[in-house]
Amino acid sequence: MVRPSIYLDHAATAPLRAEARGAMERHGDMVFANPSGAHRASREARTAIDEARDSVAGAIGCAPGEVVFTSGGTEGANSAVLGAVRRHGGTAVCAASEHHAVLHCVEHVGGEVVAVDATGRVDLDHLSSVLAARNDVSVVSVMAVNNETGVVNDLAAVSQVVRQHAPGAVLHTDAVQAACWLELAPLWERVDVLTLSAHKFGGPKGTGIMAVREGVHLEPLLMGGGQERDRRSGTHNVAGIVGTAAALETTVRDRAVECARLGALRDEMTGRITAALACATETAAGAPRIPGTAHLCFEGIENEELLYLLDLEGVCASAASACASGAMEPSHVLAAMGIPRERVRGSLRLSLGHTTTAAEIAEATGIIVAAAQRLATAGGPR
Amino acid sequence: MKVLVAMSGGVDSSVAALVLRDQGHDVTGVTMRLWGGESDTGCCSVSDVDDARRVAQQIGIDHLVFNFSEAFDEAVVAPYVAAHVAGTTPNPCIECNRHLKFSALIERARRLGFDAVATGHHARIESVDGRRRVCRGADENKDQSYVVHMISGADLDYVVFPVGTMSKADVRAVAARAGLRTAAKPDSQDVCFIGSRTGRAGFLGSRMEFHAGEVRDESGRAVGEVPAVELVTLGQRRGLGLGGGDKRYVVAIDLPSRRVTVGGDEHLLVGTTRVVGLVWPHADDAARVAEVLVQGSAHGARAGARVTLADDGAEIVWDAPQRRISPGQSVVFYDASDTAVVGGGIVAG
Repeated sequence: MVRPSIYLDHAATAPLRAEARGAMERHGDMVFANPSGAHRASREARTAIDEARDSVAGAIGCAPGEVVFTSGGTEGANSAVLGAVRRHGGTAVCAASEHHAVLHCVEHVGGEVVAVDATGRVDLDHLSSVLAARNDVSVVSVMAVNNETGVVNDLAAVSQVVRQHAPGAVLHTDAVQAACWLELAPLWERVDVLTLSAHKFGGPKGTGIMAVREGVHLEPLLMGGGQERDRRSGTHNVAGIVGTAAALETTVRDRAVECARLGALRDEMTGRITAALACATETAAGAPRIPGTAHLCFEGIENEELLYLLDLEGVCASAASACASGAMEPSHVLAAMGIPRERVRGSLRLSLGHTTTAAEIAEATGIIVAAAQRLATAGGPR
Repeated sequence: MKVLVAMSGGVDSSVAALVLRDQGHDVTGVTMRLWGGESDTGCCSVSDVDDARRVAQQIGIDHLVFNFSEAFDEAVVAPYVAAHVAGTTPNPCIECNRHLKFSALIERARRLGFDAVATGHHARIESVDGRRRVCRGADENKDQSYVVHMISGADLDYVVFPVGTMSKADVRAVAARAGLRTAAKPDSQDVCFIGSRTGRAGFLGSRMEFHAGEVRDESGRAVGEVPAVELVTLGQRRGLGLGGGDKRYVVAIDLPSRRVTVGGDEHLLVGTTRVVGLVWPHADDAARVAEVLVQGSAHGARAGARVTLADDGAEIVWDAPQRRISPGQSVVFYDASDTAVVGGGIVAG
């Protein structure tokens, strides 16, 4: 018999929030029309999008006209990096710990990848020297929160370096992992483009947000009807957009309480695991981190094996990113942090979110400790 | 029994999983991701993983993907390149079975609490004179006992070959009856990490240096040229720049002096062959094995021989002279009835 799942993979995707489902059901059923039309049915849909845009702007602290609805985090990151280089020429710079949605774009344009420190935060000295050494940087991309480790970059300091050494460059932050945990307005203050993905905060998949500061120009990735003020084309995903706005409203409303609640659960869990297992260490434990992510390395254990045993007991967790075949790929983030390969093999991410309960954490902790102990005594990998 | 089935996305392993499920076992499928680079054939392309996963979904079993690509690089790909640098001709499928499928995967399955590992190989595991042995598959044209000969006696209690007792036609019929999408999928033919467009030369060319060589006949007269002496194999006839005339074969390759010697096929015949890297299913088989039938390639003929142990390997003394087998190739010893594997080794350089 399969146990009911304990879902500790919120950083991969969060369960849809009831508020988002409700909003989408209301609008999905009733508001079917193309918002760009000239009749009453269209006007209804247009109203729904306008209201969603106002709501999202409020959550970010930007103007409604600065909000662009996208298909998700990947489109946002691609639009920021490729859009800036296509529009302004030059090249792109990012940190080595960026999500592939940014990293692969920067590599694609032949840009430069900046080192990170042992906690995975961008190395500000290296960033300064890279930007000072070249005058062709049109976009710099530094994530707000790392998706694997939960480590938070100092965007204020990053912004200062970028404005000083590359004043013409567009500064983008991938804030996909930040929405549940950090106030977005202080991040937005520091950057020109901020991108979000709805399903990470309990909205639907296939929708996202890109805030683009007034006066900043990016070449659109998708051309056509120019629906998003010529910054993005394609008929609006009305249900997705209203679901996104509803999920973000709830996220913002509950954020402070959830940070305290889930941070305490996370710390209890990692404390018990590291106390029980000599082979377990918490990654970047001293660095500023979001409260919802626990990242651990189990030395001498293969994470594919650990994940299998956890799955067997109903615990959903993850290691790094998976390739198209579904195989786990070694983490480029941990490699950039200088963590040795033997420890990277045993890395595990447990990410908490709005559905996580104290009882689940208590049970999952016991399951994780037992599974790791079993593999440690089984002799581990070759 | 809790069984982990290695599913490559081909018809044999699909049916292996189906047969085990129908026997009432608790079956989990796994596809091993082995090769991380570009390729169009073999076990690890994304469409093969898709096929394996869809079959697993269809027959109602869980499907996992394990990433063994680092171990595969280390144990199969790097030695494959190194062997060519050293002028030998390795069999990477055997090395994959030796180091990955019947080693790393078995070890992992044991750690994870499985009672057995199954694959879709056409071979049987039987008790012969009270010992577990790999035996030839029921379909003699598809028999794969040669490529799985290295499984140790201890592991033979853990490994299951569900289609080893079936003919290939039966396997396809079972798959078709169950509506499996792999029912008519062609068998894989080539080395999984070498794409058909790149070829062996293209694959090796980006990983090692080739040297042109001269081709001489047995009197020492220069008769042709080859662009890469590292790619020449014993017994080869084509691509030597010889033009017409009598049939001539590569009978010797001298890599350091980059010289290839050609001659009539009678010059390929040898009376003895030295082998190293011996494997015996059971520890005392080495002492028991003397008169054997030896097979020197995947579907090659077998020849009678005596095996004499030496310090660092063994000498095969052929009952009648045999064509030389390329260094690096595996030889497998079968019992007198040509049924059960009793040992094996690698032809010395």
